[in-house]
Amino acid sequence: MAVDFFNNSEVDVSLEVNGKSYEVDEEGYLADLNAWDADVANAMAEADGAPLEDNHWEVINFLREYYEEYQIAPAVRVLTKQIGKRLGKEKGNSKYLYELFPYGPAKQACKYAGLPKPTGCV
Amino acid sequence: MSEEGIVKKFMYVNRKSPYGTIYALESLEVVLITAAFDQDVSLTFTDDGVYQLMKDQKTDGIGMKNFSSTYSALGDYEIKKIFIDKESLEERGLSVSDLQELVWEDEDEDYAEKSSINLVSRAELSNIMSQQDIVMSF
Repeated sequence: MAVDFFNNSEVDVSLEVNGKSYEVDEEGYLADLNAWDADVANAMAEADGAPLEDNHWEVINFLREYYEEYQIAPAVRVLTKQIGKRLGKEKGNSKYLYELFPYGPAKQACKYAGLPKPTGCV
Repeated sequence: MSEEGIVKKFMYVNRKSPYGTIYALESLEVVLITAAFDQDVSLTFTDDGVYQLMKDQKTDGIGMKNFSSTYSALGDYEIKKIFIDKESLEERGLSVSDLQELVWEDEDEDYAEKSSINLVSRAELSNIMSQQDIVMSF
């Protein structure tokens, strides 16, 4: 991810999608959870070179529901376990999730879902 | 994240009401981080800390984020030991039914929900504390 080291503290980045502007932080996470829509998720994924498919959306939608209920983005271990419970054991494992989200399932999927970076994520 | 490592017994002791200071929220944050490192984490709620688990919290009037629903995620983080100081509840005219139910899911029993809440006396609490490697007070 490109970071401007000389201007790191003052970055005020916005992401343009279909003429709509979304404010993001220096790591590309959406500033306002409520500003999220499917367009911005698709745009983020395309910028990373891997357009979203149904398997990605299952995880993204799960994350949004989890945040709605618990007010946090789950740590990767929790994500893996819950996906296994909800979508089946064949999906509740690191291999499957890392194939979908090679930058780290919790980090990358949370970004596409418009959530803050997961708590407990280092 | 889950490489072989030393697992220590961490207890986080919550003593303050949820919104007057930042302690409750900060404690919760540290608890989740510790649990994400696969440590053995337990929580104690004592003194005004018992208010952190009150049901039906509404924070609209004070303009703060209501983070009480996050306690329900503790089970997902494998935190299964929540100790409530019985005397602190009684001193405040509360009982355990005024508090949120906190559960964890037992994967080996088809995700059966089991209670994480343990109502304990101060004498018992002191005994449990003495068995910890690390006790942090918030």
